[in-house]
Amino acid sequence: MIRFLLKGILRDKQRSLLPVLIVTIGVMLTVVLYCWLKGILNDSVELSARFTAGHVKIITAEYEKNISQMPNDLALTGVDTLVLKLKKDFPEIKWGERIHFGGLIDVPDSMGETSSQGPAIGFGIDLLSGDKAETVRFNLARSIHRGRLPVHPGEILMSEEFSRKLKVNLGDTITFIGSTMYGSMAMSNFTLCGTIIFGTGAMDHGSVVIDIEDVRNVLDMSNAASEIVGYLPNNYYDEEKVNQLVIKFNKLFPKSEGKYAPIILTLRQQNDFGKMIDQIKQIGSVMVLIFVLSMSLVLWNAGLLGGLRRYTEFGTRLAVGEDYSHIYKTMIYEALLIGILGSISGTFVGLMISLYMQNHGLDLSSIMKNATIMMPAVFHARINTLAFFIGFIPGLASTIIGTALSGIGIYKRKTAQLFKELEA
Amino acid sequence: MKNIIIPMMMLCISINAQNPSAKEIIEKVDKNMSAETRIFTSKMIIHNPRNTRTIESKSWNMGEKKSYTEYLFPAREQGTKMLKLEDQLWIFSPSTDRIIQISGHMLRQSVMGSDLSYEDMMEDPHLLNHYTGKIDGEEKIDNRICWVITLKANTPDVAYQTQKAWVDKDRFIPLKKELFAKSGVLLKKMELSDVIQIQGRWFPKKILFKDVLKDGEGTEFLIEDINFNSAIPDYIFSKASLKK
Repeated sequence: MIRFLLKGILRDKQRSLLPVLIVTIGVMLTVVLYCWLKGILNDSVELSARFTAGHVKIITAEYEKNISQMPNDLALTGVDTLVLKLKKDFPEIKWGERIHFGGLIDVPDSMGETSSQGPAIGFGIDLLSGDKAETVRFNLARSIHRGRLPVHPGEILMSEEFSRKLKVNLGDTITFIGSTMYGSMAMSNFTLCGTIIFGTGAMDHGSVVIDIEDVRNVLDMSNAASEIVGYLPNNYYDEEKVNQLVIKFNKLFPKSEGKYAPIILTLRQQNDFGKMIDQIKQIGSVMVLIFVLSMSLVLWNAGLLGGLRRYTEFGTRLAVGEDYSHIYKTMIYEALLIGILGSISGTFVGLMISLYMQNHGLDLSSIMKNATIMMPAVFHARINTLAFFIGFIPGLASTIIGTALSGIGIYKRKTAQLFKELEA
Repeated sequence: MKNIIIPMMMLCISINAQNPSAKEIIEKVDKNMSAETRIFTSKMIIHNPRNTRTIESKSWNMGEKKSYTEYLFPAREQGTKMLKLEDQLWIFSPSTDRIIQISGHMLRQSVMGSDLSYEDMMEDPHLLNHYTGKIDGEEKIDNRICWVITLKANTPDVAYQTQKAWVDKDRFIPLKKELFAKSGVLLKKMELSDVIQIQGRWFPKKILFKDVLKDGEGTEFLIEDINFNSAIPDYIFSKASLKK
């Protein structure tokens, strides 16, 4: 019977084309929206991961206890050996060394006396080695407001707001005053080569970005780093992979090795990121559920309309002696076939669009120039396993339910009145 | 009658001489520890949790208000100079060729990661000018009998509102000190040793400072060479001398 119905659907374009098209479009929209929402939520987590947490972060156990104070006296040492070992044992992970530091930025007047001074939060990242990974993670090229990125040692980037507050211009020499890893006073001159707008209050108030080797020289942190951040391939935070990584790391670096031994923290274990990830997942699930339900209603309605449209046909079939339940069954089977065809084609098209969006993203930077919150400028979709099935919920179930409901009407039709209805 | 009164008076004087008041003890401590001027070279051995560092410097003090320090070792610190006039501090760093003024609250921060604050290192306060003492009793420190004296600050602007000092009865040198905040929290401990006689006064060549709020084994402050009451030219305590 299935083969007979399938032939009927394929040959009778009027009976199949519109329902299959509606289901295809509905399923495609469901898949694309689901993947895009997943992508946006992932991009938001990624933004935090890029700037602060990494997918994983390696620090010392003592550093973790006072992490908010950026205690560089408790920083990782022997970083070159550690990074080599990490690269060997975790070749799929991209590692980056960072130094977080605090201090004062002092701007001299023409006589060399202090003209303005302000507290700064500093990021020491790799800017000059030729590896652009950290520059990309910090989105520095896009964040430049005036000037350029550092290309020589001794150059510094400063947040635009901070530079205006201190009345410092491009090319001016400023003095950083801080504390070395051993607590001595650290003072060093830098040339302002660019100003940046990160788009987030905390970072725009008073932050500076300096090449990590310059920071090491100033803070007497030779071969040391506050932290080593690690990123999974494709910049996608996958908790399962991260947990496997942590198990392997803890075997290689047992915690009992001392208070300055490296420990690993996942993104979830840092600050309130765990809570944030859970909330994002919940919000995402609710949004997807709402869309799937609304799409289901549309397709259910399409199923209902399909049933009503074939009112005359069912009357004729009843008149020639076909059984009520047989007609009802064939309707359900037809809906099943239309649902499967529409869901497969809709899922395929939806996944293709999502794949494109996953790889290329949607660049909204031009309309986000003046954004005051920390948001990603390029929105990517994210395809996961569920994306292959999610479209079948509205595509299959709703079409069948819609048809099943409209089909109930068949049982209410009376054979005695059929000819009158047909004559009319 | 005379035969009784005179010996009684002699006895009183003798007892009084053996048991001076807290004020008298502090006065004698000040005579040993403080001077109109001091010029000294010193070595700080800083025992951090992860390493031990040695920093050498030469300092010039004039009373409580003026102080100048030049760092001599290690190479990283060499040439760094600090000038403190009352509650203002200027620092010269040769690598930047700049003189930076540090705000007042920084004076209570650690010097070079040690257990000493800028005030600890650069001030030479006369205790009697800032504290009122009370003798609590006697205790032995390193087999030397000491008065235990509690010093309460008369003025609110001192770094330590209360000090407890164990003062050697023979030499009028504190051998141990505990320094407290206004809240009563213990901030620092000091152990003074290697007491020698220099220019007619007793003076400790070694002081172990321990900031109890910090990890580590404390900072040894060793006096290599000290001169009391030598003339110091005025230009030393000027900003111009920082760049010289």
